[in-house]
Amino acid sequence: MKAGVIVFPGSNCDHDAWYAVNENMHDRAEFIWHDSTSLGDIDAVILPGGFSYGDYLRCGAIARFSPVMQAVKKFAADGGLVLGICNGFQILVEAGLLPGALLRNRELKFICREVCLSTDTTASPFTSRLNKGQILRIPIAHGEGQYFADERTLDELESEDRVAFRYVENPNGSARSIAGILSRERNVMGMMPHPERACDPLMGSTDGMGVFESMLASMPTAVPVLS
Amino acid sequence: MKITPELIAQHQLTIAEYDKIVTLLGREPTYTELGIFSVMWSEHCSYKSSRIHLKKLPTTGKYVVQGPGENAGVIGIGGGWVVAFKIESHNHPSYIEPFQGAATGVGGILRDIFTMGARPIAVMDSLRFGPITGTPESAHNRRIVSGVIGGIAHYGNCFGVPTVGGECIFEDCYSANPLVNVFALGVCKENEIFYARASGIGNPVIYVGAKTGRDGIHGASMASAEFTEESKQKRPNVQVGDPFLEKLLLEACLEAMETGAIVAIQDMGAAGLTSSSCEMGSRGSVGIDIDLDLVPQRETGMTAYEMLLSESQERMLLVAEKGREEEVFRVFRKWGLDAVTIGVVTPDGNLRVRHLGHVVAEIPNPALADEAPKYDRPHNVKPHRRAPLDPPAGISAPTDLSADLLRLIASSDLCSKRWIWEQYDYMVRTNTIAGPGSDAAVVRVKETDTSIAMSLDGNGRYCYLDPREGAKLAVAECCRNLATTGAIPVAATNNLNFGNPERPEIMAQLVEAVEGIAEACRFFETPITGGNVSLYNETLGEGIYPTPVLGIIGLMKTAAPAPVRFVREGAELLLLGGFGACDQQRFGSSQYAKVVLGELWGLPPQLDMDYERRVHDAIRAMIEAGIVESAHDLSDGGLAAALAECCTSEIGARVTVPIADRPEQALFGESPSRILVGTGDAARAREIAAKFGVECPRIGATMKVRLQIGSDTHKMLIDLSTSDLTQASETSLPRLLQTQHD
Repeated sequence: MKAGVIVFPGSNCDHDAWYAVNENMHDRAEFIWHDSTSLGDIDAVILPGGFSYGDYLRCGAIARFSPVMQAVKKFAADGGLVLGICNGFQILVEAGLLPGALLRNRELKFICREVCLSTDTTASPFTSRLNKGQILRIPIAHGEGQYFADERTLDELESEDRVAFRYVENPNGSARSIAGILSRERNVMGMMPHPERACDPLMGSTDGMGVFESMLASMPTAVPVLS
Repeated sequence: MKITPELIAQHQLTIAEYDKIVTLLGREPTYTELGIFSVMWSEHCSYKSSRIHLKKLPTTGKYVVQGPGENAGVIGIGGGWVVAFKIESHNHPSYIEPFQGAATGVGGILRDIFTMGARPIAVMDSLRFGPITGTPESAHNRRIVSGVIGGIAHYGNCFGVPTVGGECIFEDCYSANPLVNVFALGVCKENEIFYARASGIGNPVIYVGAKTGRDGIHGASMASAEFTEESKQKRPNVQVGDPFLEKLLLEACLEAMETGAIVAIQDMGAAGLTSSSCEMGSRGSVGIDIDLDLVPQRETGMTAYEMLLSESQERMLLVAEKGREEEVFRVFRKWGLDAVTIGVVTPDGNLRVRHLGHVVAEIPNPALADEAPKYDRPHNVKPHRRAPLDPPAGISAPTDLSADLLRLIASSDLCSKRWIWEQYDYMVRTNTIAGPGSDAAVVRVKETDTSIAMSLDGNGRYCYLDPREGAKLAVAECCRNLATTGAIPVAATNNLNFGNPERPEIMAQLVEAVEGIAEACRFFETPITGGNVSLYNETLGEGIYPTPVLGIIGLMKTAAPAPVRFVREGAELLLLGGFGACDQQRFGSSQYAKVVLGELWGLPPQLDMDYERRVHDAIRAMIEAGIVESAHDLSDGGLAAALAECCTSEIGARVTVPIADRPEQALFGESPSRILVGTGDAARAREIAAKFGVECPRIGATMKVRLQIGSDTHKMLIDLSTSDLTQASETSLPRLLQTQHD
């Protein structure tokens, strides 16, 4: 798998995503600058965490106008895998690739904490190598992570099995404890927790590997992951 | 404008200083020049009261690549890599405007690091506030706490640097003078360090980053005066930070440095454009000519005076190789930042400033830097201390030590600071091996197999009672924190927070503390590679406790350090270093005296540096031997507090302590040189301790759900459930901060 990590001005988890794929997964990742109009030869897109454009106006609201987002939309429409982490999730929501919105945390404070997620579906290229109900220890680090959508959208997400992860203990007031969701076609996932921060035993957890391993496993020319 | 004695006084210059300016220039200064001198000769920029004493500090050692005098100190970590680090204060701005004051404090120290070519990989903070409950100022203090924490979080999180640890203490004396000291550390290759030393006659001087506005004018002089009732009107002197812009500036600077076209670079911090240009010129023994009409400006109609003294944030000044400007501009264009040639390096050694076609200032660089006043202020009196040596009469014997322990670990100083550090992104960049809540923070350097351990420590109470011993204890505690994670201390930075140096009894505190730091840093082989002095921390004539804050870094092989907390039941508990000594006098500086008795008297704990170092050697040897399951150093609150801090909600301990006379002294005395070690191999551990000539009694073992401390005469002293303990510690700070009525 060759992953393209999009770098917006203000992205700051771009290196972490790159490191997780290259060094922890021993796979390949490269950076793509936000004003690129094409993505080049890649198999998956990662929109990393950070504060794109300083999160001014609204998180992700400016980044969605970056030239690269046209290419990302096309890539997604063609069935390519797009993973948005934290600020990346916020951008995907602003860009209309995922439904709902991310509001300020219920306590109105930034929260950095390792949390437990429960795997809600394994029917996706991001979760296929996990077990349903599997608990993952993965950190969150956000000020605006409260997932919000109207009841109809939430019902739809649930009935279409598009909730990827839920918080075991809801840290930020997210609707129905949602931590990550899938697009209707299931090839776009946004999640507030940071799987790239949980790929190295030194960081205290390797549970984030499951997401990247699932992505790798879904590649047409996938090399089986040794476990 | 005519220069009058009033105008000179407004610029916080004395008449003698003004006369020196006239002598150096050979004429009267212009108004603009007066402004330049006032900031460059301010206490904040010139260190005029402290310089002769700072010379006593050790500054060299086998790891030191760059000592004091540059934007940050640099030490080698092996494999061709170095780290740049420094601590700096933003005390005065944080009182006037807590959020922005603290935020720009983070911004300033980060620029000091990346101006050296190093990418910041860790931040820590050392904070002091007034009491957050029970005093008339408490409501205001709570707002300051929230503002400062929010500001640090805002800046560091957005910039993308993890805030990995720190300390936070509350005392009356910091009510109107909170201390916000921020430490930052960055990493780069040894052959890619950049210096702020202009060179190459004819080379262009380039301004990059944010535009210049009227914010922060005279910030440096503000930080060099006592607070008065009018100080709050100085809010416009506090700058406003933009961490997003700083992140762009970081990436652009590092990328521009890679072009090889940059000769020298310096951030515009205190005294902005003035200090960056004259310091770069002065270090390189060259002159710098700048034309203010070329400076990117945020507003119109700014005078030369305003532009030169503006402290607008997120700006840098650099010198590039002539003819290679475009390579630099291209990088900054990519990141959407201004980059403009505003001047040139000259051979004459002068800072020459043009505005609207006229030369508005022309000053020899040495006059501003090297010739700045240097005072040996009187200090031949006893350091200021208004505390008795002996305990106040009527202190009764404790009746409920369990309740005392609960009270202590729920006190604002000792309780869990989770409410603070969860607002910081302490993991971004995925290097944090030990984060907040550890004895020392540990950050790996991915490019090497080395990790950096770091610890900040200061104790105003100890220093108030004895500045020299208090300062030594801070050095010792930092080194102990590092040793507890397995690291070897290698270098230090310090932030000297004191009152008004013009008062001999305050100056005496400063001198004693500096000499104490010098002695201890020499002993522990941790040279000071840079730092900051913050004086005039007084409001209406009342000074803070003398508060030197030490930041010491250590090196270790990258590996997960032993946790602070107990990991299993049935582990044996050893008290490396022994039970220590405490008497009635030394007990007066303890947290028990503060929290339970509400008193301060006596002396700080007694430190034997040689013994201390052997304790460090012993714990490192135990860690190396792989027999340490948990380790926590003893400090505030002594043995009982340390035991409580090691408990999880499931695992506690049963411990026996010899009691000679006063059980509270044995339990809560703060004798240094002690580490609580959990191990499965007590025999081996004790063998190692013996080898280093250090006591290491077995005091008990971990067990389920209770912390029980008994005396050697079979008396139960403390018996608490671990859930009560963790609950008390974890819920305290949010509860205190939500106080509605004092």
